[in-house]
Amino acid sequence: MSAIDEVFQSCAREGRAAFIPFIMAGDPDLGATATHLEALAAGGADIIELGVPFSDPIADGPVNQRAAVRALAAGTKLSAILQLVARHRDKLGIPIVLFTYFNPIHARGVERFAEQAAASGVDGVLCVDLPPEEGERELIPAMREQGVDTIFLLAPTSTRDRVNKVAACSSGFVYYVSRTGVTGERAALPPDLVRDVKKLRKRLDQPLAVGFGLSTPEQVEAVGEIADGVVVGSALVRLIEEKGSDPELPALLEDRVRELAAPLRPRPERRRA
Amino acid sequence: MARPKPLPDPEGYFGPYGGRFVPETLMAPLAELTRFYDKAHRSRAFKRELTALLNDFAGRPTPLYFAERLSEELGGARIFLKREDLLHTGAHKINNALGQCLLTKLMEKERVIAETGAGQHGVATATAAAALGLTCTVYMGSEDMRRQRLNVDRMRLLGAEVVPVDAGSCTLKDAINEAMRDWVTNVHTTHYVLGSVLGPDPFPRMVRDFHRVIGDEARLQLKRQAGTEAPDLAVACVGGGSNSIGLFTAFLADLRVRMIGVEAGGRGPARGEHAARFGGGALGVLHGTRTFVLQDEEGQIATTHSVSAGLDYPAIGPEHVWLHDAGRVQYGSATDAEAIAAFHLLARTEGILPALESAHAIAEVVKRAPRLSRRRIILVNLSGRGDKDVESVLAWDREHAGDDGNHGTVESFAAAAARRGR
Ligand SMILES: Cc1ncc(COP(=O)(O)O)c(C=O)c1O
Repeated sequence: MSAIDEVFQSCAREGRAAFIPFIMAGDPDLGATATHLEALAAGGADIIELGVPFSDPIADGPVNQRAAVRALAAGTKLSAILQLVARHRDKLGIPIVLFTYFNPIHARGVERFAEQAAASGVDGVLCVDLPPEEGERELIPAMREQGVDTIFLLAPTSTRDRVNKVAACSSGFVYYVSRTGVTGERAALPPDLVRDVKKLRKRLDQPLAVGFGLSTPEQVEAVGEIADGVVVGSALVRLIEEKGSDPELPALLEDRVRELAAPLRPRPERRRA
Repeated sequence: MARPKPLPDPEGYFGPYGGRFVPETLMAPLAELTRFYDKAHRSRAFKRELTALLNDFAGRPTPLYFAERLSEELGGARIFLKREDLLHTGAHKINNALGQCLLTKLMEKERVIAETGAGQHGVATATAAAALGLTCTVYMGSEDMRRQRLNVDRMRLLGAEVVPVDAGSCTLKDAINEAMRDWVTNVHTTHYVLGSVLGPDPFPRMVRDFHRVIGDEARLQLKRQAGTEAPDLAVACVGGGSNSIGLFTAFLADLRVRMIGVEAGGRGPARGEHAARFGGGALGVLHGTRTFVLQDEEGQIATTHSVSAGLDYPAIGPEHVWLHDAGRVQYGSATDAEAIAAFHLLARTEGILPALESAHAIAEVVKRAPRLSRRRIILVNLSGRGDKDVESVLAWDREHAGDDGNHGTVESFAAAAARRGR
């Protein structure tokens, strides 16, 4: 059983969804990211999604695009991100999932990356532009061999065939993209979300986390009622952008995570079956 | 000999190149697009409708023109120009735009989006959309909007919304990023009319199929006009690779025909100064396909430069890498200076202002023709006309006035022609 599996099991025992914050590695530099990771953990993150900056992030909205630009301008490299994870993973005590585009992995060599990721203590890898059909060729076997989870996405457009495919290829959890679109905060949840997530959960053995567009405690609460995990990204990335090198930022980040994760804390009367 | 299997394979691969590297949201829509396209490809009614549009609306077949004075000037092979520049909207791009917009109607979507570099694909898509009653949004890098202003105005007059993209190098790559984001968001109502043989399957083969009419026509015309359907050499410029694949496909099985694709050599071989994927690229994944990509060691995509906006892109269509590996097509490059010189040469000798993209192909002909005998035939795809580039060429000439001949490997043909008193 992987560390990610354990987190979802213990959350299930507590009768709550896992809180999964996303930040971009190297935004504004890797030194700051180290501090930010601690703040996320202190605020109550159950798993952390750590973004690998890419020059051409076609699945991201403006907030995450700008974060990638800042990280790349600071010279952030995949090897340095892996070193950062190696230094902090055990101290943090929570799983880290790399959220990335495929080309940085491809450039490094999939097998080499798999070895290095495992050696650094990376728990899972999620490639936004790598559907399971392509993942099966190289990435999935390489990660399996190293014991690193491979997380794939489902979307509102996914057909029944695709759900089966993603289910067969994902370990750790499955990530449901809450809307057809790019990352970024949205005022309202999509109207079909509750129905779609309920239906999907019945068809998956893995836990299902939901993300894209979630940014408020109210949204976290609503999604936490129906999903096994809730991902919040752009809202935190925006905070990092606004505060820049403000010494208060780590404390603000921790507070924001605590506030966002609060609705997921167990309240016996709301416990799920 | 067993017939080779058609490429790409069912997963969209040309050997190790191609595939579908897209966010999950697009996977089911790509499968749907594939179903519609495969059906249309077999449908006589679709073919009839598209052919009627290509002929009556866009002006096919385009002429094959014996460039006698250019041939004489270069003193070697006989040069034939496939005149895609004479198509409605002024470039080959309309072949594909009409095909995909017609397909959009079949899919019952009401909106198309496109990226554009030189503006020709944007104009072609805006035109096809207007003619077929679709709404149209075109993404264009702000740097390209500056250097191809005429085409921005044309698109707007045709009723398209042109959205400036201010990211990265503000050129074609960034426009594709933004178009993909739009598509991911609006895929229920919108078809993405990708403008070259790039992107996830089925785009590379679909765009190829819509353009293969170029080579098919040229083959028949050459037979009629030169007595042989096989040129000794076929030459085309390669941005994403659509006009070149369109020309080459008809000749691939005819081993008498040598083929050369010409990439943008820009200002020189340093990274960031050119867009020659075979001169510094490495295998990578960009915009949905596994192919040769200009990138750094970390897999970050490199910025590119070319005087020609349509060639200024870091990746090349996957089928080209396959043809390169197979040794069937050779790839070379022409620098900015060589392309500008070729632009002037064609203008002065033949009365044709070529698109700067096409001028790269002419530059290759300038290098090759003198080494071949008069019995040899070079077929070159004149993919577009140069009206859009007049400002860029004048600006380039102003900037380089005085440094005659020392900025390229060929001397300045414009200067040479002028000295001969033309
Ligand atoms: C006239 C012309 N030729 C060539 C190209 C390059 O594209 P491709 O390699 O797909 O033919 C363009 C692209 O904008 C163009 O406008």
